[in-house]
Amino acid sequence: MILQTLGVSMRFGGLQALNRVTIDLPEGQILGLIGPNGAGKTTLFNVINGIYPPSEGRVVFLGEDIAGRRPYRLAHMGLARTHQIVQPLTDLSVMENVMVGACYGRERLGLSAARRVADETLQFVGLGARHEQMAGSLNVAQKKRLELARALAARPRLLLLDEVLAGLNQTEIASMVQTVAEIRRRGVTIIMIEHVMHAVMNVSDRIVVLDYGEQIAEGTPSEVSKDPRVIEAYLGDPDLAARLTGSVR
Amino acid sequence: MTALRHPGLWLSLGVPALIGLWPIVTQNAANREVVFTILMSMVLASSLNIFLGYTGYVNFGSIVFFGLGGYVGFYLMSAQGVSLVPAILGGGTASGLLAFVLGRAILRLRGAYFALATIGVNEAARAFINNFVPFGGPIGMSLNFAVYTQYGGATHALWFAYRLLLILTLGVILVSFLVKTSRFGLGLQAIRENEDAAEVMGVVAPDAKTWAYVLSAIFPGMIGVLFFFKNGNVEPGDAFRLHASIETIVMVMLGGAGTVFGPLLGAGLYQRLRGLLLVSPIFKNVQLVVAGILLLLIILFVPAGVVGWLRQRFPRLRRVLE
Repeated sequence: MILQTLGVSMRFGGLQALNRVTIDLPEGQILGLIGPNGAGKTTLFNVINGIYPPSEGRVVFLGEDIAGRRPYRLAHMGLARTHQIVQPLTDLSVMENVMVGACYGRERLGLSAARRVADETLQFVGLGARHEQMAGSLNVAQKKRLELARALAARPRLLLLDEVLAGLNQTEIASMVQTVAEIRRRGVTIIMIEHVMHAVMNVSDRIVVLDYGEQIAEGTPSEVSKDPRVIEAYLGDPDLAARLTGSVR
Repeated sequence: MTALRHPGLWLSLGVPALIGLWPIVTQNAANREVVFTILMSMVLASSLNIFLGYTGYVNFGSIVFFGLGGYVGFYLMSAQGVSLVPAILGGGTASGLLAFVLGRAILRLRGAYFALATIGVNEAARAFINNFVPFGGPIGMSLNFAVYTQYGGATHALWFAYRLLLILTLGVILVSFLVKTSRFGLGLQAIRENEDAAEVMGVVAPDAKTWAYVLSAIFPGMIGVLFFFKNGNVEPGDAFRLHASIETIVMVMLGGAGTVFGPLLGAGLYQRLRGLLLVSPIFKNVQLVVAGILLLLIILFVPAGVVGWLRQRFPRLRRVLE
């Protein structure tokens, strides 16, 4: 197991954002994290990532209990993420943005090595031609790719992707899904939060469904999409579930 | 070191070096006094820029390092009989240590809260020195004229102090350039752009901010010693002038925060303007008002400063203007 959350709860005042979430993630898999808005998906990322210490429970990454450890320590251990709301370093160039990832990530590279890694990574995500541009001048789809490039340049063991497909058109989604599959092929374990159902169902090995902080289902994409609780809480429409299962087969 | 081949470094070193050599070549004491003020502003502005420009934290109390370093160095010279160069090192070390301790305490604060804390630091330092008897309390300290004999008399001592200032100026510019083009500097700039995102990417923000704060304190502490050595006396009101901190911010913003050359240009332009205002009958009493208005106009209309604006407007200049 590269990552385990053991009974992780998170409360903000009276709001129970996460209630005893337990996830086991074997190395090399893609785990899809789905659920309606406000289900606690991003909060779970923030807990894994060290932004918030969990109110209860443990998070074990690479065999170490990391609950409450600062985000930069986790980055050094090989944890990288993208943000749902993109967070570009606006007044730095695209290249410099990605170099920050390479310099301060798992491998802690020097500047010239970081430049090479950043160059490669930018080619990989398809931003190679824009490396001199200021990050603030990119459009949304490009900023999402920039976030991905920054995370990848850190050479992570585990990558948390928070809605990398949101706001992209069909063509962009198809190419991003290919990119994600390719990242996994290179040996990176991935958790992805996603609302674009057909994409997440296709690419994930397993799916966890959250609803109001509760973990209501877990399993392969086809198991999850047949689960009555999931259909009720999230998909809403049984026919939609049938169509989705169809697409998985 | 590929960084040393960057034309931006040679421009940033060359211009202050030429200005600084002018009084030495002409051997003119009046020129020396004018350029002393300009070089001193360049050191203060360039140091502040490492923290304000690269790291993005506004420091309204940068002069506290100048004052405290100056006091410690002055004490070493007047009470302990230490000579100028070790006293300068002592002043720089004291300021660096103060910044380290302060940084650990107040760098948890962000944005306006940090800025407010820095004002408090300046006032607290002034109040402390005012009541600290070994440093002369509110009266301050003065140098016995006899100390100048070890430098060959007062005239030679002043030229000696000036040459040291020129060396320190070039030193701070080199440090500023090396920080900006280093991995450490990239981390600082990531903090400036988005501290949370930088931490997620692995930048150890509390440490990086503290070291930037320490670096921005050392050189002001050193030139504080030079300044009060030249003056021959030191008192709390001269050492901890809050408005000097604000003038330094104006210089950095005017030239371009976050660039190496900007603060140098800003210091030169501001001191030139200040010189003109001080001799004008209308403005001589309100030159600080002009500084305030200038700061307001820069922030409203050219937030990138002169050098930042030029870099945005003419991308080709980026090769020369760092």
